[in-house]
Amino acid sequence: MNSKFQIQNLNFYFNSEKVLKEINLEIPANKILGIIGPSGSGKTTFLRSLNRMNDFEITSRIEGKILLDGKDIYNSDFDVVALRKKVGMVFAMPVALPMSIYENVVYGPKLDGINDKNKLSELVEKSLSAAYLWDEVKDRLKTSGMRLSGGQQQRLCLARVLAMEPDVILLDEPCSGLDPISTAKIEDALAQLKKEYTIILVTNNTKQAARVADNTAFFLMGEMIEVGVTKQIFTSPQKSETNDYITGRFG
Amino acid sequence: MKLISEKGVQRILMLTAFSAISALLLIALFILSEGLPFIFKYGLKDFLFSSEWQPNLGKFGIFAMIVASLWVTFGAMIVGAPLGVACAFFLSEYVPRYIMRIIKPTIELLAAIPSVVYGFIGVMVLAPIIRDNFGGPGLSLLSASIILGIMILPTIISISIDSILAVPQSYREGSLALGATIWQTITMVTIKASKSGIIASIILGLGRAIGETMAVIMVAGNSVNIPHSALDSVRTLTANIALEMSYATGLHRQALFATGVVLFVVIIILNSIASVAIRKRMVKK
Amino acid sequence: MRIHPRYIQRGAVAILGSATLLTILILIFIIFFVLEKGLPVISLHFLTDNPEDMGKAGGIFPTLIGTILLPLLALIIASPLGIFTSVYLSEFTKENNVTKIIRFGTDCLAGIPSIIFGLFGYIFFVVTLGFGWSILSGGLTLAVMVLPTIIRTSEEAIRAVPKSYREVSFSLGASRWQTVKKVILPNALPGIVTGVMLSIGRSIGETAAVIFTAGSSLRIPTSVFDSTRTMAVHFYILAREGISAENAYGTAATLIIAVLLVNLSAYWLMNRFIAKRN
Repeated sequence: MNSKFQIQNLNFYFNSEKVLKEINLEIPANKILGIIGPSGSGKTTFLRSLNRMNDFEITSRIEGKILLDGKDIYNSDFDVVALRKKVGMVFAMPVALPMSIYENVVYGPKLDGINDKNKLSELVEKSLSAAYLWDEVKDRLKTSGMRLSGGQQQRLCLARVLAMEPDVILLDEPCSGLDPISTAKIEDALAQLKKEYTIILVTNNTKQAARVADNTAFFLMGEMIEVGVTKQIFTSPQKSETNDYITGRFG
Repeated sequence: MKLISEKGVQRILMLTAFSAISALLLIALFILSEGLPFIFKYGLKDFLFSSEWQPNLGKFGIFAMIVASLWVTFGAMIVGAPLGVACAFFLSEYVPRYIMRIIKPTIELLAAIPSVVYGFIGVMVLAPIIRDNFGGPGLSLLSASIILGIMILPTIISISIDSILAVPQSYREGSLALGATIWQTITMVTIKASKSGIIASIILGLGRAIGETMAVIMVAGNSVNIPHSALDSVRTLTANIALEMSYATGLHRQALFATGVVLFVVIIILNSIASVAIRKRMVKK
Repeated sequence: MRIHPRYIQRGAVAILGSATLLTILILIFIIFFVLEKGLPVISLHFLTDNPEDMGKAGGIFPTLIGTILLPLLALIIASPLGIFTSVYLSEFTKENNVTKIIRFGTDCLAGIPSIIFGLFGYIFFVVTLGFGWSILSGGLTLAVMVLPTIIRTSEEAIRAVPKSYREVSFSLGASRWQTVKKVILPNALPGIVTGVMLSIGRSIGETAAVIFTAGSSLRIPTSVFDSTRTMAVHFYILAREGISAENAYGTAATLIIAVLLVNLSAYWLMNRFIAKRN
């Protein structure tokens, strides 16, 4: 099993508060890793440390190592911009940038200097199809992305990430505000996408993790309590906290 | 294709960010370097506390003009502050929000009218009324105060409304729910919570009144004397500079710059007080 | 005897209400007074003819040119400086002592009276740098004067751009500058333009800072080193030296219309901006 990410002794602080404690985790390639846990358990912070989105929090500090394909992404000579192109992210709130659907999708590639019209159109169709959105928007690519419904916007966000052709896709509770039909479409898309990508899915919905994730990690109060094959986590967890959480005793 | 690197962009932006502060320093430097030598030569005490301003005789005492500036500013406050604050409370507490959103920008338009136009209205309308009803030359401390009072209204109203609206609605609802009238809510809750913003607005208005030049030249009459009544003609510090700058040379010109130094120092002090008051408000939020 | 709060309330409404009414009436009076006396004077000839006899007769054409050129030059200089400053303050740096000093300097600059700008412009641009009484000196002086307005309004507009847009842009591999160019500036543009328009309004109406730096020549300028006279200065000279009340009213009305037009379009833009955001 080849791992995409290796996280070694990761500690994370906001001000002096320790929000992630001694995380050690290997994330295998071309699998979906589900991360579950109650709110405030550090899931999102962990996810955002994988593409260094926490850099914008002025008072944050990090210890330990995060290796992507064997290279430490917090090393001073690591190119952050290149990292974010390799590790795409879909946020909890669907945010279509205030531009057309087409422009939203080609935002990343254009930054990369791709300006060839045919190449871009090809990317748009491919990405939107992979995000299960193409059929709904193919006739109105020039309309504003903000006119789409929440569920469509979230799939647009996914397509926007896919257009960058990343290695890894991070999803931060991507379905938290969506209806069941949109959620199902995103889950279908993810199931297809794992053939080509490594996917890390933070979710508050344990059933969603059970449905789509190959492996599942359980976070509680900044610690990673347990990680394992999804089926095993949900049927015979090793730790009592995990059992309490998935059976709905708290959180 | 990249012409400039990200670091380069950051450096350029940082340089431009210092434009405002460097402009301020340049202004301070040039005004001081023209004015300070004169003050040392002539003596600070004679300069500030003598009322004799006779450039052709080499006498440069600005005391009368300091007094006049203070009176005019004080008068403008008497006219502008109560009217402006009353207006701000009425618009933000008694008037429906959508009407306030129309009236506020309309009042802010008052600030856009060139000061020379205010001065002209003072000359054509206000001064004759004062002359005919109260006597005196008409162009006077009183007319300058009224015109300046009107000119600072938009500053006071606009900033006061902003700080009144910044008071959380829950405070008001809490008070109203206990059976207080809107007026009682204003006096007991809203004023306290928006006090520093209102004070800041008045100080900024004060700064504008002290610094106003053209309108004052037109309506104040410009004779150098310590006023004994509101109907006397007066000359302010700003008017003194603007009136004589076009023909002053040598020591005379330096004296005008020295007058500018006095003005500059007063304004910086006022602004510092106002910006502390506004910061305090922001911290509270 | 205790007065019932309801009566106090009524009294307060009456007093505050009449204060508000008075303020609005004053505004309406000022505008109507000037327009009533000035509009009859304005004609195509008034706007396009050269003044005769120091402005006693004839039109105001050269002052129109001056009134367009000075604010234009001021904006060409101040807009990039102001916008870049606000981009730096809001996107490229964290709050620290340096930004505090920059902000304090901006606040101070905003409060400096125009006559001080006039003195400074005269001694620095006109005398020390040797630009003489000229469009260049006047434009530079106005640029320094409106810089704080542009910085403040631009910064507000930039801060109003949702944080999530930045996150999305960064997460898609954009650098800070790319994010500023592609997402932040386009979305903050209406707010920035509003600040620029307000600055134009202020420059058009300015007198004290202009008269000592651009001079008051009535000739049509042929280069930036020529002296010029703006409408505001022309109006001041006509009114103060009692040259022609009629032409003074005409100039004042033109001035007020110009300033109101600029400001109204600024508000219109701002409202469209707010409506679009909601």
